[in-house]
Order: sequence, then structure tokens, then C-alpha cells
Amino acid sequence: MNHLQLIIKREYLNKVKNRAFIIMTFLSPLIMVGIFTLVAYLSQLNNDKVRTISVLDESGMFSDEFESDENLIYKMIVGTQLEEAKKSVEASGDYGLLYIPKMESLDDLAENITFYSEDSPSLIVLDDIEDAIADKANSLKLVDAGLDPAQIDQLRIRVDTKLETFGGEKTSKLSTGLKLGFGGLAGYLLFMFIIIYGNMIMRSVIEEKTSRIIEVIISSVKPIKLLLGKIIGTSLAGVTQFLAWVILIGIFSFVIAAIFGIDPGAMQQQEALEQAQALSGKGDMVQEFMTEFFKLPLLNLVIMFILFFVGGYLMYASMYAAIGAAVDSETDTQQFMLPILMPLILAVYVGFFTVIDNPHGTVSQVFSFIPLTSPVVMLMRIPFGVPLWQQILSVVILFATFIGTVWFAAKIYRVGILMYGKKASYKELIKWLKY
Amino acid sequence: MDNLLVATNVSKSFGEFRALNDVSISVPRGSVFGLLGPNGAGKTTFIRIINQITMPDTGTVFLDGEALKPDDIRHIGYLPEERGLYKSMKVGEQALYLSQLKGLSKQEAKKRLKYWFDRLEIGDWWNKKIQELSKGMAQKIQFVVTVLHEPKLLIFDEPFSGFDPINANLIKDEILRLRDNGATVIFSTHRMESVEEMCDHIALIHESNKILDGKLLDIKRAYRSNTYEVGLIAEDHTAVENSLKEHFKLLPSDFKTINDEFQRNIRIPESASANDLVNFLTQKGQLTHFVEVVPSANDIFIQTVQNN
Repeated sequence: MNHLQLIIKREYLNKVKNRAFIIMTFLSPLIMVGIFTLVAYLSQLNNDKVRTISVLDESGMFSDEFESDENLIYKMIVGTQLEEAKKSVEASGDYGLLYIPKMESLDDLAENITFYSEDSPSLIVLDDIEDAIADKANSLKLVDAGLDPAQIDQLRIRVDTKLETFGGEKTSKLSTGLKLGFGGLAGYLLFMFIIIYGNMIMRSVIEEKTSRIIEVIISSVKPIKLLLGKIIGTSLAGVTQFLAWVILIGIFSFVIAAIFGIDPGAMQQQEALEQAQALSGKGDMVQEFMTEFFKLPLLNLVIMFILFFVGGYLMYASMYAAIGAAVDSETDTQQFMLPILMPLILAVYVGFFTVIDNPHGTVSQVFSFIPLTSPVVMLMRIPFGVPLWQQILSVVILFATFIGTVWFAAKIYRVGILMYGKKASYKELIKWLKY
Repeated sequence: MDNLLVATNVSKSFGEFRALNDVSISVPRGSVFGLLGPNGAGKTTFIRIINQITMPDTGTVFLDGEALKPDDIRHIGYLPEERGLYKSMKVGEQALYLSQLKGLSKQEAKKRLKYWFDRLEIGDWWNKKIQELSKGMAQKIQFVVTVLHEPKLLIFDEPFSGFDPINANLIKDEILRLRDNGATVIFSTHRMESVEEMCDHIALIHESNKILDGKLLDIKRAYRSNTYEVGLIAEDHTAVENSLKEHFKLLPSDFKTINDEFQRNIRIPESASANDLVNFLTQKGQLTHFVEVVPSANDIFIQTVQNN
């Protein structure tokens, strides 16, 4: 077995067999699924409570407007005075009392409706009540003005913009949402991966320095091989952990759903469905979702995802390794972390604000060529259709920079791993490049 | 003479700092070669150049008559001064990994490790993690890993630091045994008593320059000062002293003795011989002690460094 393989194997096994690593691999998905289950369970618990609201309608106009459902029951009170009704509702322990006075004009009436309750009432319940009253009052006003509400309703026009590219490709708001989801997921995944496993590489370099084994190792192998082996081995361990997470989250969700009858995914799905419905307005959701999904440039997405992921990750990983080599302990890494974290965070912000606003705006375009931000920003842009030459140019710039950072990191690494007890400054690092 | 390692005109600078200045050293095959020098003299830089960890700016290092090439690492075993092992790895796994990096096959490494672990009576450590071992125990493993691939050149940088006297002795005997079996040893240390015990040749590096090298015995001869430790039982010490002063240079002396006697270090001038001094002394009283003062490695080290 050659040196590089040996090093990769050791780094990989050492990470994978590490107790903390194993615990985190199993615990993280368990915690995630657990939290979703808990939230789902709690919100269900919350909704289970049935509220009763008494309505004292002196105006007599709204008696038909309140529709009870399983969580909220409206109870009409007739022929009682307000004070008396208040007392009886308070005594009964009901949620509250809605009082609609009798007024000359609807405008005055709208100003004088009161809701009595023990505590502050839920805003959602209030909204429902206000909507119901407003609807009725509006149509009453229309009748007053001599108009037929049904006719008005018929005359109302709903606008639903059809989207089509100049190339004649039909798109929809749903597909925009889908693209955002894809791009955002890819960018965010890369961001998380860099931070988690970049740190792991850095710590492993520091460990070799503090345990003083480094000089023994590099009397057998070239530092560049050790650096590459470390990055590749740790990354493979990272991929393993990521895959394990995906599988475990699936299994745990399935098990929990089977045992408790709660679907932790249901909430998100429902939310997503509602959002999508709000966007597209109508139609067979699942079918439309699938057609839109297959309309995405899938092959392009997958290839570019791999290229940008590998290039971006390796570039940042080599920087983390260089930092590890430049310091003596993890506490000294702070001053060097900023230049790594800044562009990363910037990339995510640019991605989530600018790209969503305008995927092909100047800012989005510029940031998708700067190598430090391009992996995240370009991955977010690609689902919206980026010209191939832009994608290729960006990849070329990224890989050229990657080679540059590896060279730079190898230089720092070669000198840094043999420097003990010296707190490196930026000035010092530049000097090391000349050794 | 047959040299295993020859370095010619090696120089190395780090930025403005010149770590080695035109250093040439020859290490005879089968010798224990002491590489001496004060802290920061450039010893470690020189050793790292031999190990190809650092490249020299100018000059060449030859191993067995050929310029060093990457593949030569398998012929060199290096125990650095700053040494350690992966703390969370098991002893056996780690030893296997490090020997495989030196080019041994897994089977061969296992066989040799078993031999060495039995020899040093550490066989039952195989499945322990380094963090469970004491520093001395870890050093033993480190030693085994250094010599396991049977290199023809062994380089030890302060090999005895961290060992108790018993284990230090054990390691010393192992090093000498390896030399007897044909290995050449470069040995860098500050501990002059181990230089006296072990080294056949030495080189002294001071402020990036080699200021002395050669056979230890030859160097000692060169540094002899024709001085003798003398003990003499005589009635009148003052009279003896005064008459000696006319012919020789007298220096104070402090060797241990059971007699109440006249004690001096006496330096003979070039023109005279030891016999002249003995004849002179026997006329003055009863001679009880007569030893040539041989310069110790320590004396040579201090004297040479101070003179430079």
C-alpha cells in the first residue's frame, strides 16, 4: 500500500472509530427527529383543547356568521343583559364572551365590539372573529348602498400570472419555490460541511503537533502527502457521517411514526404544501410538483453540485489545515478563523438575500465568480438557469484558486508543523512562504 | 576511510537567519557519531536535512556514495528530540502504521514487532492506548518503531531524555548492539557523559559552523596539555612547591585521596617528558599518585565553544 493510501486509511478509521464521532452520528439524527416529534406532539396537544366562546349579539345581525368547528364552539346567548352574561360566562369557565352592541350605523358598531375574557385571547381566534364580522358588515353596507353582494363577488377578478421564458418554457411560481429550495439546500449543505469537517481537519493537524508525532511522520512521508491524506480521509469520514445521518433520520422518523402515530415530517410537509398552494393557487399539487421537478436542469445540477462541492470544500479544508499547522493549540486559532468564516457567511447571506431577490443580478453574478463565495452562491443560482460558460468559468476559477490555496497551505504546513511554542502572526506566515 | 554519510558544504538559511554555514561532515560506517553543540547551534537543522524534512540551500548529502533521494528514508531511522505518538491510537496499530510508512509490509512489520516487544518485555501493551502509558513506556515504543525497519543509518536526537537510568541503560545497550550488528549511529546530545561512553567520532557545531570534528581519541590527544595530577608525601610542602615552580607550571588540584599529601596539577614544558617529572618528584618524597589529565568531552566542548 502506498503512503497516501495508508494515511487516508488511518485518518478515516481514526475518525470513524472515535467514540465521540460515533455518538454524534447516532445522537444528532435522534435529537433532530426527537425535537420535530416533540414540536409536532405539543402543537397537537395544544389544538386538542376545545374553546367555547359565547356570543351576545344585540344587533341581531351576526347570528349566522359564526361557524363552530371541532376546536372552537360558538354559543349564541339570547335575551340576557351584558352584565348578567359576563357573570355567567365567567362562572362557566368558557374561553370568552363576544359582545356586539346595537348601534345606529355599521361604522359605529365596528368600533364598539368587545371581547371579554379571563386572559388575553389568542390573536388567531380574534382574527377569525374580526374577519367574520367584517365580511358580514361589508355585505350589509353593500346592500345599504343598493348593491348585490353576490353580484359583486361574481364581478371580482382574480389575477393568476402565467410564467413563461422567452424560449417558450412554461414555468410557475411553484417551480421558483422549488428552485430556491434546491439551491438553498445545496448551498447550505456545503456551508455546514465545510464548517464541521474543516474544523475536524484543523483539530487533527493540531493534535499531531501537540502530540509531537509530526516529525516522526514527516521523516517518512512528504508533508504534502500527509496534508492531502488528512483532507481526503477526514472528508470521507464526513461523507460517511452525512450518509449515516440521512439514513438514520429516515429510520428514526419511520419508527417514531409507527410507534406514536405522529409524523414528524407532516408539519413541514403541510407547511410546504400550504406555501406551495399559496404560490400556485390551484392544481394537483403532487403532479405539478413532479413535473416541475423534472423540468429542473437535473443533470446540470448534479454535476455542478459535485464539482462545486468538491472544489469549494477542498479549498476551505486546505485553509483549515494551514491554520492548524500555524498554531500550537485550538485556542490560538481565533485570529485566523475570521478570514475563513467571513466569506463563508457572506456567501450564505448573499445567497439567501440577493439570489432569491434576483438570481441574475449584478451582485449575484459577481459573487458567483469570486472563488471564496462561488461554491455557495453559484450552487444557489444554477437551478434558475445559468449560462454554461458562466458555470465553467466559475469552476475553472475555483479549481485554480484551490490549487493556489493547497500550494499556500502546503508551504505554511511544511514550516508550521515543525514550529513549536511560537505564536504565529500574519507577518510570520508570509515569511514562512519564503523558506 | 569508508564513510556511510557524507555532507559537503551544506548551508541553510531561514529568512535572514543562517542556520547552517558551509558544514561538511563525514560519518564513518559502523561508528557512533556524536553530533554536539549548544542549543540552537544548527544540529536539528542538519539532522532534518539528512532526513529530507528540510532541503539545504546549497551543498549535498551523500548516503552510501549517492546523493540523497526520497526513497532513502527506508534506510534511515530517526528518533527526533520532539517526539510523541498518536494518543488515542492503540500501541500495536500505531507501530504497524509507522512501520508501514517506512516501507515494511504488514506481515513483516508484525513479525518484527513481536520480536522487539518480547525483547523489551512490552508484549502485553499491544492493545493499550498510548494515553494509558507512562512517558517512559511510550519512549520504548518509539525506540522500537525507529529501529524496526533495520535502517543502516540511525539518528537519535537526545535519545535518553524521559528515560529512567535503568531504561536509559537498556536503550544504550540496544544502540551499541545495533552498531555491532552493522548500523551506523548519529547521536545528538548535550549529555557529555554519554558521549564519552558511546561515541567514536564527534563533530561540534557552534553558531551554524562546524568548529571541530574527528575521532574522539584524536581530539583528546590534540587537546592534551601535558598536565599530570600528582600526589606526593613530603615533609615540607612549601619547599617542594618552590622547587617545582622553577621547572614546571603548577595548578591547583582536587582529586580524592586517603593520604594527607601534597597535591598539584603539574604541566610539563614541551622540552621535558613525564619521566623527568617523575624523577624530580621521587627525589622530593614518596610518589603516591601520578595520572595524566585527559581532557573530557565536556572540557573540550566548553573550551572550544568559548574560544569561538
